[in-house]
Amino acid sequence: MKKVLVIILLVIIGYFLANTFINIPFGENRIGDVYAEKPTAAGYYLSNTKEKSKVANVITAIVVNYRGLDTLGEVTVLFLASTGIASVLYRRKEDEEETERLSLPSSTIIRSGARVLFPIIVLLGIYVFIHGHLTPGGGFQGGTIVATGFLLMLISYKGFNTNHNIMTWIESLAGLTFIFLGLWGLIADNTFLGNIPEVGKLNSLISGGLIPIIYIAVGFKVAVELTGILDILLKIKPKK
Amino acid sequence: MQEEFNEIFLKYHDIITIGVYGTAIGLILIGLYAVLLKKNLVKIVIGLTIIDAGIHLLFIGIGYIKGGTAPIFSPGYEDAAKRMVDPIPQALVLTAIVIGFAVTAVALSLVIRLYKHHHTAKIDQIKYLKW
Repeated sequence: MKKVLVIILLVIIGYFLANTFINIPFGENRIGDVYAEKPTAAGYYLSNTKEKSKVANVITAIVVNYRGLDTLGEVTVLFLASTGIASVLYRRKEDEEETERLSLPSSTIIRSGARVLFPIIVLLGIYVFIHGHLTPGGGFQGGTIVATGFLLMLISYKGFNTNHNIMTWIESLAGLTFIFLGLWGLIADNTFLGNIPEVGKLNSLISGGLIPIIYIAVGFKVAVELTGILDILLKIKPKK
Repeated sequence: MQEEFNEIFLKYHDIITIGVYGTAIGLILIGLYAVLLKKNLVKIVIGLTIIDAGIHLLFIGIGYIKGGTAPIFSPGYEDAAKRMVDPIPQALVLTAIVIGFAVTAVALSLVIRLYKHHHTAKIDQIKYLKW
């Protein structure tokens, strides 16, 4: 009975969603003239990013510069998520001794493979977030790649422990870097997270002013936070 | 090359439209089905992530422009701004993915907590979660 009701509800929702979106022609140019006198928001970003921000990747410019405050909120959401998980899964000190990450040991193949792959994965992640303003990717993506490297180590070695003190320090420093660079932009450009794009030229590693530095800070923050979340989620007490 | 692409795009325009929007709406509906009907809490969380995937696909699909390239300038193509797809939905989806991840992680931690307390992840065996 419940199933029938749910399916009827889904059919109604699907019908109205389809009815709405079928009227939006797929692949149509809705940006308009990019170089027009009064361009749309997307047109403005596309035509001005190159000169004003000197960043090759327009999405990076939007995420870090034009909507940088949004990204600051997003980083805060991630921080809140990791804090929330830590407080939901909080365990007292005396239980800590019995805590074991995995009930089953991993095989030799996984362990040797993980040891070879771990530095390469971390290197790739760091490459992705350092080149966030030039190539696809950036702080969030690179940080996630670094965290997958740590996940590999966490599931293959029982004794692999992350140092929580260092992680907290990196996280705090990265967050403070973001805010202080934003304040620097406030002094130099009169807007919070304003950019100082005079350094370097387009399509070189040193370009874009504050954008790459902020994205590198975001990369470190995301990597450390995701590693912390994975570490907490994997520390499940074995059933007795 | 470009003309050939345009020709194929126009010829199959309806099918592509239905394919992209249909897949996105289908994913949203599948996720809703899982959220509404599944008993296992982990499956409900998976349903939420499927809804997320559908919404992301919808955003990217709306932002696509026929024959457009990725909004990234490469050396030698500095005047490519006219041929780029809409960058705003892509930036929004980047935000949405991170928020979706945070929501999934918190939900999973709550599931772990519930499982430890009740020794089951089935929603109908936990009294005060019945509907």
